[in-house]
Amino acid sequence: MSIVIVGAGPAGTRAAEVLVGAGLRPIVIDEAPENGGRIYQRQPNGFHRTARTLYGFEAHKARAIHDSFDRLRTSIDFQPRTLAWNLQPGVIDTISDGKARTVPFAQTILCTGAMDRVIPLPGWTLPGVFTLGGSQISLKAQGCAIGARVAFLGTGPLLYLVAYQYARAGAQVTAVLDTTPFATKAAQAFGLMRGGATFAKGLYYIGWLRTHGIPIFEGVTPLAIGGDGQVEAVSWRDARGISHEVAVDAVALGFGLKPEAQLADLAGVPFDFDPVQHNWVPRMDPGGQTSVNGVFLAGDGCGIRGADLAEAAGARAAWAVLAARGLAVDTRAVASLDARLAAGAAFRAALERAFPFPAKLAAAMADDTILCRCEVITAGELRAAANEALATLPPPEVNRAKALTRIGMGRCQGRVCGAAAAEILASTLSCPVEQVGRLRGQPPVKPIPILPAEAA
Amino acid sequence: MRLQRLAETDRTAVSFMLDGAPVAALEGDSLLTAILAQDGGYLRASEFGDGLRAGFCLMGACQDCWVNVEGGGRVRACTTPIEEGMRVSRGMVQP
Repeated sequence: MSIVIVGAGPAGTRAAEVLVGAGLRPIVIDEAPENGGRIYQRQPNGFHRTARTLYGFEAHKARAIHDSFDRLRTSIDFQPRTLAWNLQPGVIDTISDGKARTVPFAQTILCTGAMDRVIPLPGWTLPGVFTLGGSQISLKAQGCAIGARVAFLGTGPLLYLVAYQYARAGAQVTAVLDTTPFATKAAQAFGLMRGGATFAKGLYYIGWLRTHGIPIFEGVTPLAIGGDGQVEAVSWRDARGISHEVAVDAVALGFGLKPEAQLADLAGVPFDFDPVQHNWVPRMDPGGQTSVNGVFLAGDGCGIRGADLAEAAGARAAWAVLAARGLAVDTRAVASLDARLAAGAAFRAALERAFPFPAKLAAAMADDTILCRCEVITAGELRAAANEALATLPPPEVNRAKALTRIGMGRCQGRVCGAAAAEILASTLSCPVEQVGRLRGQPPVKPIPILPAEAA
Repeated sequence: MRLQRLAETDRTAVSFMLDGAPVAALEGDSLLTAILAQDGGYLRASEFGDGLRAGFCLMGACQDCWVNVEGGGRVRACTTPIEEGMRVSRGMVQP
């Protein structure tokens, strides 16, 4: 019986490598046309920028991942451009080029990655507003900046990294607007130093932006993105309470990352609220094994740990799969991976604390701000439902709110609005955010044409 | 809005039809890039009357970049490569 790896990024690549090393031939599924995942995404044929230009300090890691994958190609069953849209016991449902197929598995390693966590603000649906991760993809995979004058708004290490990459590539970075105050970051200096080179690179990006005269504001409160039919300005309140506005034609928006854990959810893996990440994460043991038979997890899809630890976690989960199949396990390799994962955890926790998700900002969203961009539902509509219907129609949690307001029922299935919606609901109900739960996944995890789905 | 091409501009030119008008793009462009690199770029009109949209996540998650391709139906512009001669239309409402 086959082993199916979902996701050909850093975690999936290292998982496949270990399995191939043990003489197995895993199926590797990815929705993208090529391997690499988001962080080490390959540019299309006909593009010529060097790895150094594309991936900066991480060029050697990107090259290593790409080279490893290329060596594996003949030893694995790689299925690119394939969406895994459902997971049932022992079976993954896929669709590729309009053709549906069910793929049986004995073990699966889900390396499904992450996406930006977003807090809506007035004007965020205007043409010219993109996620931070999306802005990076535009540059890396298409050689394009999202606009001629770009503001970077949100928080997290990616905010500075992408602003730096844009400026280096010749884009005009008008401002970097970080909701996290400097003091919050400084308080984590000791923990961050455990990150060594990773921490040093972070400081380098910030220093580079400053020395190149790019305005950085910390501890900001975002106010609005303005414009008639497209982005024309962004406004914010600084830490001293003074309002600012600058003319821009694009805004990159992101407040950290959240796991794309829908398949683990459909598999029936239980989730826990991780208060440090401020994310719901699927429950697993340190080796990536879940309580669901045959389901293993690795990479940012099971909790945000970054690309380096994704590689370690991918390899580690593959060893767990080998153990589950009763095959020989290299205990020294496993011990070394466990040590890497444990060592990385402390730095990761410091990083999360240094750039905390500004939950209060989400909770304070104005009533008339669009919360769900799929179906144009406002924060006020969710609050009204929380105040009225949820009081009489319990339980007061997000899936009930979804039924009442359609929040999370649109075509993105709450990927974009879910985090903010939970904060609004929790603050309206005066309870901790973990108490309102999380939006349950539903198949198909992304929209698919109806006919092939029926044919399956 | 308009995407700014900063690199890789020496690729082969591709032409396609956007809402009935001929438009130039570059081989290797996604449909999203090909459309939004034009002036006044947008991809669709919100069905709820709140204005135009131009995608958001660029990674196949938000589903806010759907356009119509003749013979191909509704596609996600961010993950669909541009092809020579493609006939693309944006939403039902023309501004």
